[in-house]
Amino acid sequence: MPVLARRIEAAGIPTCVVTMMPEIAGRLLTPRVVGVEFPFGHPFGMPHDRLTQRHVLRTALTVLAGAQDVGTRVDIDTEWPQSRAEAYRAWQPVEPSPIVEHFMNPDRR
Amino acid sequence: MSAVDSFRFLPRSFRSMYENVVPLDDETSPVWAPFQTRLAEASVALLSSAGLSVAHEQTPFDLENERLNPFWGDPTHRLIPHALGQRPLAMSHLHVNSRDTLADRNVSLPIDVLDDLIGEEVIAGAGPAHISVMGYQEAGLAHWRSQTAPAIVELLKGQETSGLILAPV
Repeated sequence: MPVLARRIEAAGIPTCVVTMMPEIAGRLLTPRVVGVEFPFGHPFGMPHDRLTQRHVLRTALTVLAGAQDVGTRVDIDTEWPQSRAEAYRAWQPVEPSPIVEHFMNPDRR
Repeated sequence: MSAVDSFRFLPRSFRSMYENVVPLDDETSPVWAPFQTRLAEASVALLSSAGLSVAHEQTPFDLENERLNPFWGDPTHRLIPHALGQRPLAMSHLHVNSRDTLADRNVSLPIDVLDDLIGEEVIAGAGPAHISVMGYQEAGLAHWRSQTAPAIVELLKGQETSGLILAPV
C-alpha cells in the first residue's frame, strides 16, 4: 500500500494511509500515516462501532489536511475491545491462505 | 497508550518478513503533495485493499488463480460508487477474515461515516468513486506501479479529489 500511496502522492494528490503496521509504513517512506493497534482486516474498528470508525477517519482527515512534514505519523489511542488471543483468532481467514498452505504442506505443491 | 505496536496481531512466523523491510531501490526519496484546500471545501476518496467489489454487478477479484499460484495476487482494481445505497459488497481476500467487513462495510471502507462528516460540513464531498484493490501484492507490484496507480491518479484527478485515505487490511 505504501507503493500506491507514494505513486499517487507523486502525481500531486495528497494521501494518508491508515494502517495496523505504521512502523513499516514509515520505513517505506509513506507521506502521512495514521496507526491503529487493531487486528488485521479492521482498519476502522469493529463492525457497527461508529464512534471508533468516526474517530479513525476524522483523525486521518486531520492528518491528511494538516500535516506539515513528510513522514508525519499519528497513532490512534484506542484499545481493541477484545483480548489479543480473541482478536488474533478473529482476523484469521476461514482457511489458511494459499501461501501459508504452500509452506505448511509442501507435499501438496 | 504508547505508540502502536505494529506486530501485535501478526503471527510470530511472519515477523521476520517485516522487521527489516526497506524501500525498493527507486522508492528511496520522500514524496509530498501539499493539501491545497480547506477540509470543509475538500472532496475525499477512499482506497481499501480488502478486495471489494459491488456484489452481482462487478467481477470479483480473481482468487482461483491465487489458489493455483500462491505467490500471485490479482493486481487489478474496482471502482466502488460512493452512492452505493444498500447494495451489498463482495470481499475477495484469502489472507484475512471477511466476516466483519461484510457485516459492516465501514470496517474497511467507511463511506457511511464519510456521509456523516459531509452532513456535518466537516468535508464538502466524497467520491463519486472510491477504489478497491486486493492487497496481496508481491508479484503484482510492477502492475500496480505501471497500470493500477496511473489509472487511479487519472480517476482522482478527473473527479477532482482533494485527497485520498488509503486503508490496507
